[in-house]
Amino acid sequence: MIIATLAFYLFAALTVASAFMVISAKNPVHAVLFLILAFFNSAALFVLLGAEFLAMILIVVYVGAVAVLFLFVVMMLDINFAELRQGFLQYLPIGGLIGIILLIELILVVSGWVLTPDALQLAAQNAPIIPGATNTEQLGQVIYTQYAYLFQISGMILLVAMIGAIVLTHRQRPGVKKQVIADQVYRRPEDAMAIRKVEPGQGV
Amino acid sequence: MADFWDIYALPTIIIVGYILAIVLPLLVAVAYLTLYERKVMALMQLRKGPNVVGPFGLLQPLADGAKLFFKETVVPSGANKVLFLLAPMMTFILSLIAWAVIPFDDDMVLSNINVGALYLFAISSLGVYGIIVAGWASNSRYPFLGALRSAAQMVSYEVSIGFVIVTVLLCAGTLNLSGIVLSQKGDLGMFSWWFVPLFPMFIIFFISILAETNRHPFDLPEAEAELVAGYQTEYSSMAFALFFLGEYANMILMSAICTILFLGGWLPPADWAIFTWIPGVVWFGIKIAILLFVFIWVRATLPRYRYDQLMRLGWKVFLPFSLLWVVLTAGFLVYFDKIPA
Amino acid sequence: MGYIDKQARSLLLTEIVTGMATTFRYMFKTKATINYPYEKGPLSPRFRGEHVLRRYPNGEERCIACKLCEAACPALAITIEAEPRGDDGSRRTTRYDIDMTKCIYCGFCQEACPVDAIVQGPNFEFATETREELFYDKEKLLANGDRWEQEIAQNLVADAPYR
Repeated sequence: MIIATLAFYLFAALTVASAFMVISAKNPVHAVLFLILAFFNSAALFVLLGAEFLAMILIVVYVGAVAVLFLFVVMMLDINFAELRQGFLQYLPIGGLIGIILLIELILVVSGWVLTPDALQLAAQNAPIIPGATNTEQLGQVIYTQYAYLFQISGMILLVAMIGAIVLTHRQRPGVKKQVIADQVYRRPEDAMAIRKVEPGQGV
Repeated sequence: MADFWDIYALPTIIIVGYILAIVLPLLVAVAYLTLYERKVMALMQLRKGPNVVGPFGLLQPLADGAKLFFKETVVPSGANKVLFLLAPMMTFILSLIAWAVIPFDDDMVLSNINVGALYLFAISSLGVYGIIVAGWASNSRYPFLGALRSAAQMVSYEVSIGFVIVTVLLCAGTLNLSGIVLSQKGDLGMFSWWFVPLFPMFIIFFISILAETNRHPFDLPEAEAELVAGYQTEYSSMAFALFFLGEYANMILMSAICTILFLGGWLPPADWAIFTWIPGVVWFGIKIAILLFVFIWVRATLPRYRYDQLMRLGWKVFLPFSLLWVVLTAGFLVYFDKIPA
Repeated sequence: MGYIDKQARSLLLTEIVTGMATTFRYMFKTKATINYPYEKGPLSPRFRGEHVLRRYPNGEERCIACKLCEAACPALAITIEAEPRGDDGSRRTTRYDIDMTKCIYCGFCQEACPVDAIVQGPNFEFATETREELFYDKEKLLANGDRWEQEIAQNLVADAPYR
């Protein structure tokens, strides 16, 4: 038990520390790398909770895809963070307000568990625990039965976002020559040239 | 004190022993994979390959390793030193930790976790970081270009790899790697392995792992002709050696994954007595060696893809095709009520 | 090719398969490798390798210090100093240096030579550990000549009909 507790505190402390480094790092690339470290430690926390499926999905989706794109963009753009910070005081009130709202919400959630033990049961009754089933199976049972519509809707939202991004950035440029690779691949010598036996003085 | 010994110390020692039992043969395999590659490539190019150091050149990998070990580590003056040295270690370590969940035989696995397939997918998707960090930290043009190419390439092909894994998981009904292998046990011997019913996915998976490990014909991140050595340009000595080891260990790992998903892992190709006498580890090794041979064979045969062709293949061919196959497989399983319990 | 034929071919990866089959066949062909330091490939009689200064059969050096080779050398690798020899007053070199690090092995020196004294022999294995060893002087060149005389004489005879 003690090892699990120690591991929890280790990962939790690392998560908080690396999250702090994300917003305080001078170099944006370092910030993204610390973000990745934070993702990793949260995944480790999921594993400690016994939610190994969520942990793996967190790594696959966030570290494997999203953070790579972040890193990609940050490396290409060469952002100067010192310049960005100049308007810091200007935005402090709004940022602070959002922070405080988030804090209050977190406190409400946590204290809700403490103040009304019924809330826990309320949360638990929706998720049928199948004894002996793996994490993945249980999640699937819940998502694809009880929350199937919500799941579909979230999928649609992502699809709309994707199509929207494509529509906004896609430009039809007239007069562009494009390659048709299949045609190039299938071009044979017979299609392009003919060998003729030309008699002297006859011409083709 | 006895508690401490029984609960913590002894298991730790045993696990370290297991880890060494996996990693040391793996490193030897990596070293000899380089020789295997050079020999096979040489044979296909009408050469003989290394044959001077030791009998049949068998000591060549050791000589190469010793040479790299005694070279000087050069850190470019404009490089980000910490990240520059971290990148090869990342590549190397990532290629090793994935082996924790690979089942070598029935019950012969370091950590038999329930989400083994996802774990492997997660680890392979992290492989891009070593390369991209190396390219950025070198503070040099060619490595940076190589890193950008590799990031785009690996993210693209990961998608189709994901769909291929999903089809196999649909058929096997489990994310546990030992479970996936056992689901391929059938009366038909090698014809009940998943590569027969899912043959197109097997081909897509194999081509995608070529792209994922930056092997020919998708070795654009280190295209010598255009980018010097891509992301490795500024590396020398042991830092380079770690990249090299990591890359080849990744090749073996990807072949192992392919073996587990499609070629029946440690299962013998038929249930005959001679075949079942041979231990499963040997079968596993033989299948990996065959896949690695194909890796090298492809390298000796095909020219490098152009970058836009590579992206087209990934997004416009493999992605729709594998997505279609996922839907078809799922539909088939539901319609004929063959969903594994 | 018809549309269906094309699509079927591309779906079945026929081109890649035929390519792979070709390389697989090549695996079992006889190898072209020769076991180099122990076996060597054939050399043309005109091969332009390491320089030698030759002697007449009676031991007299051929070079008459005409300096045509020095003039012909496009890389300025040859340096010659000459004066009449003490005992018989014949014109001989006191210094004949070739800087092998400058030499481009064009063969102009041996073409310029009226007495076949400077010749590029068949030896191409003269790597050294230091740069200084590649600054050849007259003594070294004459020693080379004594060492390679037989091969060079044969090569000159073999090549004579075409000169």
